Amino acid sequence: MTEQQPAVALEGIVKRFGAVTAVHAMDISIEEGAFVTLLGPSGCGKTTTLRMIAGLLSPSQGDIRIKGRSVTATPIHKRNLGLVFQNYALFPHKTIFDNVAFGLKYRDVGRREITDRVQKALDLVQLPGVGDRHPAQLSGGQQQRIALARAIVIEPDVLLLDEPLSALDANLREDMRVELKRIQEQLGITTIFVTHDQSEALAMSDKVVVMRSGHVEQVGAPEDVYVNPASAFVARFLGNANLIPATVKGRDGDHVIAEVAGVGSVPVPALRAAKLQPGDAAALVVRAERLQLVEQPGDVPEGMIARKATVTAVDYQGQAARYFIDFCGHSIQALNPIGTAPLRAGARVTAVLDSNHCVLVPPEKHP
Amino acid sequence: MSGWSIIRLFTIVVYGFMFLPVAIVVLLSFNSSQFGSFPMEGVSLRWFGELWNNDAIIRAFRVSFMLGALTAITSTVLGILAALALVRYRFPGKSVISTLMIAPILVPEVVLAVALLLFLRWLDMPKSFPLLLLGHVIFTLPFVLLVVQARLVGIRRDYEEAALSLGANPVQTFFTITLPLLMPAVLAGLLFAFTISFDDITGTMFWKPGGVETVPTQIFAMLRNSISPEINALGTVMIVLTVALPLIGMALARRMAARLR
Repeated sequence: MTEQQPAVALEGIVKRFGAVTAVHAMDISIEEGAFVTLLGPSGCGKTTTLRMIAGLLSPSQGDIRIKGRSVTATPIHKRNLGLVFQNYALFPHKTIFDNVAFGLKYRDVGRREITDRVQKALDLVQLPGVGDRHPAQLSGGQQQRIALARAIVIEPDVLLLDEPLSALDANLREDMRVELKRIQEQLGITTIFVTHDQSEALAMSDKVVVMRSGHVEQVGAPEDVYVNPASAFVARFLGNANLIPATVKGRDGDHVIAEVAGVGSVPVPALRAAKLQPGDAAALVVRAERLQLVEQPGDVPEGMIARKATVTAVDYQGQAARYFIDFCGHSIQALNPIGTAPLRAGARVTAVLDSNHCVLVPPEKHP
Repeated sequence: MSGWSIIRLFTIVVYGFMFLPVAIVVLLSFNSSQFGSFPMEGVSLRWFGELWNNDAIIRAFRVSFMLGALTAITSTVLGILAALALVRYRFPGKSVISTLMIAPILVPEVVLAVALLLFLRWLDMPKSFPLLLLGHVIFTLPFVLLVVQARLVGIRRDYEEAALSLGANPVQTFFTITLPLLMPAVLAGLLFAFTISFDDITGTMFWKPGGVETVPTQIFAMLRNSISPEINALGTVMIVLTVALPLIGMALARRMAARLR
């Protein structure tokens, strides 16, 4: 091979259900060994996309390639994929061993090798010795590990995970997140993960595909989509950013100057100002954790914007607090670590904003 | 007397009215005397012995068992296939077909019996055992279909999709995943179909070819001549078969379902 084939490539995939288009002309290319997350709210088409890759749905248009060969017409059982469901879907009438061995029975694998490989898979998910139990005798987290073992034991070309963590409770979910990532890295298996949980997406992925009503909004590394959201939707969906209406006034060197009512001019790095032209309406994205509230207005460092603000409500979270503030007439949020004591509602403070961390995006469309 | 005790009394009377005749038949089948009258003169298994030696009855039993078993198997296979189509696939005319398959329950049996008979006349086909079987399948199918359909709805598609993704083709998936998970309903369907077929008299009277008797039609024929105590014994055997069998089957099915949870 002269050129590295992508492990999975979607070329102009469209899915229509009757008159409704669930996925609009989607192009994605996923490298071998990558962990890619399809992220978006429910109904954005992420699960539909995954099911098309799996072969559970066939696209209305376009081509799906796995390791260079088109699989669009290949039925699911011949695609060699590992699939993990939200509800585990372990076969309730089979033992754990038989569950994990299931896929191997349809491949040319000898009896002894089956035992070996099942054992190895159970070791990998850190559940050796549960082979003769039935799924109902395991906890939810354990069942999900077994589901993962069952999917990877067949050495699939691609591992597809459909919200695998959302049925678990919060603590377990974070453990499984680390676990899943460890296993994925250990095996180096190309993985496509579907979730609506932005923290899962940010924590686990090499690449995040943010989707909204059947369209891809942005593709990039987790840091990239978080720090440089391409649209108001991405900014809001990942980490609940503040969006303040603004107007693009002009350029100043490598900064774009945005005019924000009540605040004045905010210089935003041109790299973070999308393709906005002077005169355009825009939204200034301010991450809650980038807005610092201080009680004593001391020296404001160079390039920072400091304005008076009033705390209207406090959402105490232990190590940090989310403050709802009135910032020059805009109701926004600030997420600050707690010093000695959290600020009280009604406190008059100074909000300090580093405009180098702000992003300008086209304003939100309200459909 | 309070309202509740009136209701209680009424309930007892209703149940007594329903079950007392059955109880008397069972009781009299163990009577040693020729004439069914109380007080009973003694307890004996004489009439069961006579039953065993009555060729006509043994023949009727054979026919009934054969008919019941074939009906059960045919109806269950068709019921499973129909349920799969109705639950797992989308096709035009689905609700109409679903209604048509359930319809034999709603149509009075006599109407169905006459209709099928007239249809056979029109086709110029003589009555035969296969046609009797066909009739029984038609009106046991809805019961099987309803039972299997109810369970199939509860079996998540995920299981089948997981099996497919692991490399099993659709047929292998059906036999390794869907059918084992459906088993409690399949068993219940088999028993339903068997007992309904075994019990049936109306349709059978119309459809049976000459010279072929099932147990119910045999009892009916015997009653026309005289009331022999043998009939009591036969009644007892029928009750045991048609009540005990489904009860055992249901208990078994419930057990299996609990294990599959």
